[in-house]
Amino acid sequence: MTALVTDAVSWAFLASGSFLVVVGALGLIRMPDFYTRLHAAGITDTLGADLILMGLMVQAGFSLVTVKLLLIGAFLFFTSPTSTHAIANAALTAGLNPRIADGAGAGTDSAAPEGDGK
Amino acid sequence: MGVDDILGLFNYWMVIVLMMIGLYTVVSRGNLVKKIVGLNIFQTSVFLLYISMGKVTGGTAPILTGKPEVYSNPLPHVLILTAIVVGVATTALGLALVVRIKNAYDTIEEDEIQAADDEKEFGDAAAAEDGRR
Amino acid sequence: MSIAAVIDISLLVFLGLTAFAILKLRALFAVVMLSSVFSLVSAALLVHLDAVDVAFTEAAVGAGISTVLMLATLALTSRREKAPTRSQALPLIVVFLTGLALVYGTLDMPRFGDPQAPIQVHVAPKYIADTQSEIGIPNIVTAVLASYRGFDTLGEVTVIFTAGIGVLLLLAGFIREPEGLRVQTMDHHLVLRVVTKMLIGPIMLFALYVQFHGDFGPGGGFQAGLIFASAFIIYALVFGLENARKAVPGRAVRLLVACGVLLYGGVGFVSFLFGKNYLNYSVLGVDQVAGQHLGILLVEFGVGLTVAAVMVSTFYAFAGQNQPISDEDW
Repeated sequence: MTALVTDAVSWAFLASGSFLVVVGALGLIRMPDFYTRLHAAGITDTLGADLILMGLMVQAGFSLVTVKLLLIGAFLFFTSPTSTHAIANAALTAGLNPRIADGAGAGTDSAAPEGDGK
Repeated sequence: MGVDDILGLFNYWMVIVLMMIGLYTVVSRGNLVKKIVGLNIFQTSVFLLYISMGKVTGGTAPILTGKPEVYSNPLPHVLILTAIVVGVATTALGLALVVRIKNAYDTIEEDEIQAADDEKEFGDAAAAEDGRR
Repeated sequence: MSIAAVIDISLLVFLGLTAFAILKLRALFAVVMLSSVFSLVSAALLVHLDAVDVAFTEAAVGAGISTVLMLATLALTSRREKAPTRSQALPLIVVFLTGLALVYGTLDMPRFGDPQAPIQVHVAPKYIADTQSEIGIPNIVTAVLASYRGFDTLGEVTVIFTAGIGVLLLLAGFIREPEGLRVQTMDHHLVLRVVTKMLIGPIMLFALYVQFHGDFGPGGGFQAGLIFASAFIIYALVFGLENARKAVPGRAVRLLVACGVLLYGGVGFVSFLFGKNYLNYSVLGVDQVAGQHLGILLVEFGVGLTVAAVMVSTFYAFAGQNQPISDEDW
């Protein structure tokens, strides 16, 4: 019975994590400009990865593996937002302006769609 | 040839595809950095060939657990593990050569380097004649 | 079709697509990034094929060091590839024919995963059966790497050493003295600097864990050296080459390159002096297993030292070139 509950909980975590990763990948393809695409990619490596790690932790139970997974989670917790920040910062420094909804900034990033999106 | 044969050889075929993409990149592209990336693809395909051969169905990583288990072959792992690090060291050497070539010729495109060499060796006239031919 | 086969096939197809994209793209920055992705996917495939040690190495190399070196090269050369001028027909035919010949050759090969394949019945069963009693460590890969085939590994470490010397020789004339450096520190990247400072300690600790836990789990000198080097490289990238050189002078790194190989060879020589074969560690301890433990520990340390030092000095050589790598270039 407990095995069933553990499996159900971990599968729920794994499935929702995978769903977010797929959503992130979809956003990376479908979003209109660099910054929104970066936003989509951010979902993948923060919440998506964390949920998958949670699912794996439930599977592993109380063991050394769980501690290792926690450490990986802590590492991702710091590095993913930092890398996203660094990429966005570099893009802004390089002069790539975000696209504004009413078209005010649309002229400045005409090269964005085929630019190096991530 | 049945489905089992196709599944049983798929790894090797994909390795060959990767190998040929790498080879084609090296042979057909003139940019030296691109050539090195092509060499890396070729190299990785060889790694995958070795590791695929060492895999045993139902096996596990060759770290003894104390229980009787089937282990995949550890020998290819050893060979490839060292080969990867040697690979990055030689890649670094190749990239250093590219940097020096850039300093000497001011380009990393193969045909431009060739043209510069021709001009230096045979003078402008011969290079121009070569271009007409 | 089993789940394992599905994972295997989809990862291989991903690899193929990535390789094709690398071939087609002409923006070299994207090519380098994709080659990093290629390494990461192949590392996932290697885990799937039970080669955890190899996957570890591939991930450390592909996602870390070789990408950094390629980006440094791009910064020093150019970021775009010229359109091909020559005809592509001949290379295509050659490659196609070679591929066909190779595929024809695979038809005689044992099927994937066959436990009766020649490769599985020759030496490997001996290693798997005897590692516990002869070497006494659980990780068979480390046992084979450092003890059974210690000669091979000594050769490989020497190749890495030689390649490192080659890089230094090629680029040494262009290394600038520290006072002349124009490498910018990423001053406006406050977040990066804070997070990097926080992470460097744990990264080095992890490298040490990988180094000395390699007998029991995946890891060993090669992986640890690469991770250790990445800690220094990330420091140099964020805080500038000048500061990194203050922490670890280039002269010291170059000395360590040689020290690692010397330690490896020296351990072999000590067993020589005790009247045993070169690199036979059995004489180093009170009994065979203790001797093997000590020998493997020392040899792996030598490997880690050389790999880390070669990678760091290679990075110093690239980063110390005339043009600074400024982050505005990216």
